[in-house]
Order: sequence, then C-alpha cells, then structure tokens
Amino acid sequence: MQLVLSEDQELLAKTVADFAAEHSPLARFRALRDDADPIGFSKALWREMAELGWVGIPIPEAHGGAELGLAELCVVLEPLGRCLAPEPFLSTVLLGAAALVRGGTEQQQAAWLPRVAAGEAFLALAHQEPRSRYDLQRIETRAERDGDGWRISGEKIQVLDGIVADALIVAARTSGDAADAAGITLFLVPADAGGLEVERQHRVDERGAALVTLAGVAVDAAAIVGAEGQGARLLQGVVDAATVGLCAEMLGSMQECFDRTLAYLKAREQFGVPIGSFQALKHRAAEIYIQIELARSCVMAAARAVDAGDDEAPRLVSLTKARCSDAAILVTNEGVQMHGGIGMTDEHDIGFFLKRARAAAQTFGDADFHRARWAGLGGY
Amino acid sequence: MAELEAFRAEAAEWLDANAPQAIRSLRLHAELGGNWGGRHPLWEAPEMETWLRVCADKGWTAPTWPGEYGGGDLSNAEAKVLEQERKRLQLPEPLTGFGLSMIGPTLLRFGSEAQKQEHLPKIVRGEIRWCQGYSEPEAGSDLASLQARAERDGDDFLINGTKVWTSYGDLSDWIFALVRTNSAVKKQAGISFILIDMETPGVSVRPIKLISGKSPFCEAHFENVRVPLANVLGEIDGGWTVAKALLGHERSMIADVFGAGGGARGRRATLAEQAREVLGGTPGEPLPDALLRDRIAQNEMDMKAFHLTLQRSRDAAKAGQQPGSESSIFKVWATEANQRRTELAMQIAGPQALGWEGAGFDEAELDCTRAWLRARGNSIEGGTSEVQLNIIAKHVLGLPD
Ligand SMILES: Cc1cc2nc3c(=O)[nH]c(=O)nc-3n(C[C@H](O)[C@H](O)[C@H](O)COP(=O)(O)OP(=O)(O)OC[C@H]3O[C@@H](n4cnc5c(N)ncnc54)[C@H](O)[C@@H]3O)c2cc1C
Repeated sequence: MQLVLSEDQELLAKTVADFAAEHSPLARFRALRDDADPIGFSKALWREMAELGWVGIPIPEAHGGAELGLAELCVVLEPLGRCLAPEPFLSTVLLGAAALVRGGTEQQQAAWLPRVAAGEAFLALAHQEPRSRYDLQRIETRAERDGDGWRISGEKIQVLDGIVADALIVAARTSGDAADAAGITLFLVPADAGGLEVERQHRVDERGAALVTLAGVAVDAAAIVGAEGQGARLLQGVVDAATVGLCAEMLGSMQECFDRTLAYLKAREQFGVPIGSFQALKHRAAEIYIQIELARSCVMAAARAVDAGDDEAPRLVSLTKARCSDAAILVTNEGVQMHGGIGMTDEHDIGFFLKRARAAAQTFGDADFHRARWAGLGGY
Repeated sequence: MAELEAFRAEAAEWLDANAPQAIRSLRLHAELGGNWGGRHPLWEAPEMETWLRVCADKGWTAPTWPGEYGGGDLSNAEAKVLEQERKRLQLPEPLTGFGLSMIGPTLLRFGSEAQKQEHLPKIVRGEIRWCQGYSEPEAGSDLASLQARAERDGDDFLINGTKVWTSYGDLSDWIFALVRTNSAVKKQAGISFILIDMETPGVSVRPIKLISGKSPFCEAHFENVRVPLANVLGEIDGGWTVAKALLGHERSMIADVFGAGGGARGRRATLAEQAREVLGGTPGEPLPDALLRDRIAQNEMDMKAFHLTLQRSRDAAKAGQQPGSESSIFKVWATEANQRRTELAMQIAGPQALGWEGAGFDEAELDCTRAWLRARGNSIEGGTSEVQLNIIAKHVLGLPD
C-alpha cells in the first residue's frame, strides 16, 4: 500500500479543486440555505460533475462508470468537503450505488447504475431508525412475505437526500429480532411505490435528509439486493466504505476551516500585534496541524485498504472515523474560538464548518463508537 | 442560624402564597429565558407579569439592594435562602437581565445619589432593560483601545462610533457604554463610562444573527448622539475603573448562569436523565454505556467542584475575608464546563442531535442542538478564555509578561 497520490490522482485533485473554486464557493452553500432550496443542492452542477466522470468513479465500466476505487473518490470528496458542496455523493454514490455495485443483481445494476453515473438518477440508503442509534443491525422495519413478493413496514430517519431519491435501498428485517445480525434484507424500492412516504428533514449542517415511512409497501422478489437475510454484511461493507468517503470530506472541511483560521490569526490585530503572535494560540494551531496530518494518513490508508479488500480494512475504517471525528470537532471549535465574537455570527462562514463537523462526527458512529469497534475487532 | 431558618419558613410561605399557579415549573423558552422587562416586555406567560409585579413590590427582584432603591434589604445569607426556596418550589426568577446583574451593582458602587435614584428603582421594577456597549470591531480582547468618541458640547457629550456584539441591543432601552473622552493620554486613562437612552436621536441598532439561529446580538451605531455630562458614571476619563468593576460582575454572572447548568434558565433534564431516556436500562442501575456514564460523572464532578469553590469564596466573603484569587477561575471554568456539558448532551442524543427544525426532532432535541451552538460563545463573551487565563497567569501567579 502506497500512501501517496499517483500522478493521475494529483491531476484529478487539482481539477476538482479548480472546479470547486469556480462553481462552488461557500457563498453558493449559503445561498442554497438562505433561499430554503427545496432539495438543498444543484442538479445542474451534479450533471456537470457526472460529465466530468466523478459520479461514476466507483461504478463498473460496463454500466457507464470509471470503475476506479474509493481512493479516487476520496480525491474528489476532499476538495468538495472544503467548500461544503452539498451535492449527493454520500447518498447516491457512496451509499446507494455502492449497495448495488456490491450486492445488486445484473438487472438492478443495469437499470440504475448507468443513470446514476450520468447524473440522471438519485439513490438513497434507508437504514437508520429511531432506535438504532449507530447500530447497523438494530432494525425493526419488517418485510413480510406476500405471495411471491414482500410487504415492508417501518420508519426510517435521516435518510440522506431521501427527498430526491428515485429509488431507496431499504434495510428491513425478514426474520429475527430487532438486534439480530441474521435476518436483515436490503430491498430496492422505487420512490413512487404505494405506501412510501418521504418527508424532508432539516439538519443543523443543511445536508438533505428525510423521514421515510413505509406502510405495507409492496415489492416483488426481484427487489432484493444481495441475499435474503444476509443484508447485515452487505450493509456493513457499504457503510464502511461510505464512512471513509465521509472522512475524506471531513478532512477537506477541517483543512479549509484551519486555513481560514490561520489566515485570521495572521490578519487580526489586538494589542497592536497579530493575534497569531500569542503563544497561547500558536501552540494550539500547531497542535491542530498535527491532528490534521494524522487524519490525512488514516483516510488514505483506509481508502486503499477498502479498495484492496484488506482484512485490516474495518479496523482502519474505525481508526479513521474516530480520528477524523475528534479532529474535526477540535479544529472547528478552535476555529470559532480564535475568531472571537465574529465567529459566533451567522454572517461569518466559520460556523458552517462547526455545524458540518458535528453532524459528520455523529454520522455512521462517533469517535467513541469507533474506538469501541476498533477494540472489539482487536479482540479486547 | 435559627433566624435564618425562621426566614426560610417566612420566604417559603410568601413565595407559595404569591406565585401564580401558571408559572410553577413553567418551562422557560430557550431563547427568551425568563422576564427581561423593559419598555416593550415579552412575557412567556401572562402570569409572569404578575409574578414580576408582586416580587418587585416586595423588593425581591433585587433582594440584597437597599430598600430606598426598591431592593429587599436582605443579607447575602438571606438572599441565598430565598433563592433556594424559589428553586425548591420550581418558580422562575421574577426578573433577569443586565440591569440586575451588571449595571445595578455598578451603580450602587459608583453612582451619584441622583443616578441611583433615577435608575435603580426602574431596574428593580423591570421597567428599563439594559445592554452593554463595550466591544467594538477593532477593540475586543484589547478593550482599552476602543475608538467610540465623546466630545464635549456645553453640558453634553456628542457621541460618535460603533459598538458590536451588543447582546439584546435591539430589545434594550438603555445602554451603558465605554467611550473615549481623551486621546492624548495612555489608552486606559482616556475612557469614560456613560449611560445612554437608546431612544436618543442618532442611535441605530442592527441585529446580527448568531450561529445558533435566533438570539440576536447587535451592532449599534452612534451618530452625534447627545448625552448629558451628568450621565457619566464615575469620573470623566475615569471609566476604566468602573468598566473593570462591572466586568467582575459580568464574569461572576456568566459563571453563575452557566455553572447552574445552562443559558436557558428553565428546568432542563440533567445529562444523566437524558442518557437514561436515550439509552434505557433499569433506573438505579448503571447506564448501559459505561463510557458515557464516565463522561457524565466527569462533567458533574467538574460542576460540583466549581460550585464548592464558589461557595468557599462566598463563605469567606461573608466571614469578612478579602475576596481571594480563586474568583479569577470562575468564568473560564464554568463556561468551559458548560461547553463540555452541551457537547456531551449532543453526544448522548446521537443522530437525534443533528436537527435544526421541523419533522423528526422533538423540542428537547432541538434545544440541545441550539444550546450547544450558543454555548460556543461562552468562552468568548465577557472576555475570552484566553484573556481570563492571561489574567490568572499575570495577576494571580505573577508570571512575567
Ligand atoms: C454571544 C456573545 C455576546 C456578547 N455580548 C456582548 C455585549 O453585550 N456587549 C459587548 O460589549 N460585547 C459583547 N460580546 C463581545 C465579547 O466581549 C468579545 O467578543 C470578546 O471580548 C472578544 O473580542 P473579539 O471578538 O474582538 O475577539 P478578539 O479579541 O479579536 O480575539 C480573537 C481571538 O484571539 C484571542 N486573543 C486575543 N488577545 C489575546 C491574547 N493577548 N492572548 C491570547 N489570545 C488572545 C482571543 O481569545 C480570541 O480567541 C459578546 C460576544 C459574544 C460571543
């Protein structure tokens, strides 16, 4: 495993950074929020990203993608994290499409992946429930047999970009009790299915999310993604990889928050000198720098391990999420603190990073959760 | 002691007899947070107005202030008992705000008789709401470098300049402000402390939203605002001493509020109660998440140790000892402990902490999110943590510059 970007990856990183600077300054994120945009991102920009080939990165060539890895996707996600781009990479690509790539039938893949890669279709993963917290196996939504097909009933929360999804991948229980690993099955449910209701939720980080209610939604047998009752592993694999993608995004936004804070430390004067000349702040800035560098190494290693199907991948994922969660909170707390009063204002952008960091830190498991998982996987 | 217990019984009886039913265990709105009074008051419930009136008549909105200015003439010990009884009966404070906590005590110490007669009774009765005009765009931590100018014009000052982060500037009637009255001397020696009616022509206020969404602080502009010389508190050019004394009140007020468990003064679930509700388990048994349990215990201990130190300081003061250096730690410790508390509440709430508004999040969850965001300001307002630590290092520990 080489923890260095290839020339192609370097080039990709630069292209994305230039694109983000031109098309997605933070002012765009602010405007989407202020205008209470109903979907919270730009479909036009999404199509452009698809044309540039980024949306299809993890999708097989046979289905219109680039068939590249998580490592490349992270290269795209980091600069997008810098500008807090709200486009639905996490939901449509890292969760939805990834579930189909990993577990979908040929027919499901052919029906959805080319349209996803083209930026025309959106997917979402509906796994989280009111009582599940971060436990992927805690699923109460039930799918009951109904002739050749199934009827699904239950309630899902904070389904990322659920409001735009053309189809949802729903985790439901086909057997067993609420916390059992066995008995979970993933279903591909078109958004217009009868009995499916999707309601927009408003989160502190403005990321699109939805409440999804399934009241006896009927699907046929061909809707199953992966094997019946074996969904837990598939779900874990998908969420692990998506977690690394989220961490790449977190890395970008914490780096940006830090860069802005550093610039402020140099520019803001009190007592006749730049506040960055006070050792109380200097050392903390140096400490932040260390934390970001450590986080970067973890993100790179985890992405490569997932791509390689390495046995160590799950532990590296937890390492990365724990470090990125803590680092992101540290960096953004300090970002606000070091800006003083102006950092507390909604008019200033630094608070956006604080909100994004907290939401990301508490998505797919917080630092405590991942340290516990790390320990568990280490056999202690 | 027996006298104090007699007072306790008397206070409890009076509170119970006079508090309107509707305000008992009233859950105060997170943003409003109680009675702030003023010319245009906002009431959480109509009975809150009655509550203010009966308490003000009794002198118990400002229990320790002298009766001649509308106060209750109580000793510190009696006031503490009154407070305990009020909390025991789950009654909200009859009145809160910068008048009672900041400018009032400063007026008592530095005000002329005429100033005290004019302002204190209105504070006690909640008729005038006050705000604080210290910070400026270029003068925050380095407050003494402030630039708002007051120039003499006959018996008046003409004031020009800008104040920022003025909490509740848009809802307040008067502002106590620091202005430069002399530019020829060392910066601290040319500042005056002045009281300004916000309805004076030339005062304009623009609200600024906080990252927590609503509660606005403001930018206040002063353009040729005419204020009588008689509105200077303390000596002309001697405002820095007054300003620092007020900061002492502000910092202990902030420490009190946040040490007591949050900016919103309403009854809020403790971390342990919140964790029990979210994580389940058998009441009385250890919480199912040992790590969170440890973190909650840590935070409770942080708060408890703070309260004991606060008490030690107050007991020493009551015993007639000079205030010790321990008071310098109150603001920084209480506010940062409060920040850790709100972050822990976020962690306990987990995914449900991520709401901003609307579907799928209940009121307590949304409060938790907003309170966390608002608390980020605690280590900035009233002098940042860095400034507090510098004060401890320099003035308490005597470390060289
Ligand atoms: C919610 C809120 C309410 C407020 N309400 C009021 C109000 O009602 N009235 C009012 O007058 N003001 C109010 N303030 C303003 C507050 O007092 C100032 O924001 C504060 O004093 C810091 O000043 P500043 O914002 O200019 O930050 P700066 O002084 O520019 O500080 C920026 C950063 O540099 C650090 N720093 C500065 N000097 C040093 C040093 N010597 N050593 C180490 N670090 C240093 C600071 O600690 C901070 O982290 C409020 C602020 C907030 C957040």
